[in-house]
Amino acid sequence: MTDLEDLYREIILDHYRSPRNRGELESPPAHRVEGFNPLCGDEVVVTMLVEDGSVTDIKFAGTGCSISQSSASLMSSAVKGKPLPEVRELIRTFKSMMSIHEASLPAAGDGADGADGWDGDGSDGNGEHGSDGEGLSDVRKLGELAALQGVVKFPVRIKCATLSWNALAQGLDELGAN
Amino acid sequence: MTPDPSLSLDVETLRKDFPLLARTVHGRPLVYLDSASSSLQPRQVLAAMEQYYETCHANVHRGVYTTAEEATARYEGARVSVGRFIGAGDPEREIVFVKNATEALNLVANSWGKANLRPGDAVLLTEMEHHANLVPWLMLAEQNGVELRYLTVGGDGRLDLSDLDRKLDGVKIVGISAMSNVLGTIPPLREIADAAHAAGALVVADGAQAVPHLPVDVQGLGVDFLAFSAHKMLGPTGIGALWARAELLDSMPPFLGGGGMILDVRLDRFVPAEPPHRFEAGTPPIAEAVGFAAAVDYMETLGMPQVRSHEVELTDYAVDALAERLGDDCTLFGPPAAPDRGGVLSLGFRDVHAHDLAQVLDQYGVCVRPGHHCAKPLMRVLGVTATARASIGPYNDEGDIDTLIEGLVEAGRLFS
Repeated sequence: MTDLEDLYREIILDHYRSPRNRGELESPPAHRVEGFNPLCGDEVVVTMLVEDGSVTDIKFAGTGCSISQSSASLMSSAVKGKPLPEVRELIRTFKSMMSIHEASLPAAGDGADGADGWDGDGSDGNGEHGSDGEGLSDVRKLGELAALQGVVKFPVRIKCATLSWNALAQGLDELGAN
Repeated sequence: MTPDPSLSLDVETLRKDFPLLARTVHGRPLVYLDSASSSLQPRQVLAAMEQYYETCHANVHRGVYTTAEEATARYEGARVSVGRFIGAGDPEREIVFVKNATEALNLVANSWGKANLRPGDAVLLTEMEHHANLVPWLMLAEQNGVELRYLTVGGDGRLDLSDLDRKLDGVKIVGISAMSNVLGTIPPLREIADAAHAAGALVVADGAQAVPHLPVDVQGLGVDFLAFSAHKMLGPTGIGALWARAELLDSMPPFLGGGGMILDVRLDRFVPAEPPHRFEAGTPPIAEAVGFAAAVDYMETLGMPQVRSHEVELTDYAVDALAERLGDDCTLFGPPAAPDRGGVLSLGFRDVHAHDLAQVLDQYGVCVRPGHHCAKPLMRVLGVTATARASIGPYNDEGDIDTLIEGLVEAGRLFS
């Protein structure tokens, strides 16, 4: 797989072409957060409904590239209906995957190799691959979201991928939802 | 239009002067289409800077030893070369070396602006300005209540000048780009400068895009200030110039304070130096000035009319090829063709985001710039958040445009 195919995996293109949970929830009762990427002018609006300790509904709107749009779509699918601790854990794991040092990724492997090569704490750039059992299980927890792993090889695009996640985290913080 | 053979440029030969063009990216030759952002440098510029460091580097205007005298002569000589390149009447007094065009425009807003603008005075700008010619004025407006007005941009990418005289009423200075970094629009600067002067206003032109690509003569342009950057005209980063008429610079207070810009300093006051040194606080970018001079020498050897003629031909080729091969899939912003557009091609391709276009093009070795190009107000006028911008330099040829189109077709296939 070329780097470009690794970046634009089929799951990403699918979510880009057919975004899930696109639109805005009525606010209030939903909580509304805007996110901006000053680099490219992209904007995302995330509206979320938090009830009884769960994200019961979530939608995203705005304009952006395929990475930011598909990441928002994947994010909304992943967290919708999930209890808050699980959502927080997903945010942490996803952002950790996005902050991973490039050197600890295999150059251009297939999806499974990529997961094996992922180092859980993201701070270790010494090139050890596949030795961290916790990291491996973390990526597996991400499910479809792991498709965004290829983004780390394109550092400029990481902000595109994390835009909607940062908006979600900001919204939960503002709601005091833990 | 039949090309004039006397204006031709031997692109195949001059490309050999640019070491970076020998590079491959993702196994493909580099296709550099981002000269509006920063140009490439010929080896003559790199050699001049290396030769300077190896043979005579010293601080300028300080030492009396031989190499210090030589360094000063090289630095002051560069000032004359750069001034002559744009037709300055008195280059030794009228060229101020600055970090870049942005700093030059900040100098005008902070020095001339603060000394001459009072609350209620108006500054006339345009919607197509780069942030460098917007934010310094917005900062001034916040500080002292200056009113900012704008010439609007029409659907054809040209400025609407129909109400110029009305908008000039009460205006003290007009800030205008001599070529848009997004649309390539070349406004009728002389006509605007004449109207501004008739209304009692000065004109500061942002020449960051025009000076590298058009024959520019400040006397003919009729402007009062001209700002430009070396790194967009085959020179190094870290240096640019502000040209202004000598009597204007004489009347202006210093902008940045420090060594080199004073005649005398006491504990309770200072006496500023004469221009241009009044505006050059601290050790200047000396090697960069040497490189800047080498860059204008190189461009003079090519000939600016030849550079312009080549870029017009290539822009026409690109506009036609994009329309023929991509049809309605490709949207091109800005005026349709020369004479009032330069080689800046901001484009949209179907609904593929500019970032995605640029990412796919990178796989073809093609360097274009995605984003808002530091002109967010203009992006709002165009109704887009970003464009992919391909911009031409003297070293580009038709093959570069063909590769660009090949990459766009692939992006279309990937995202359809």
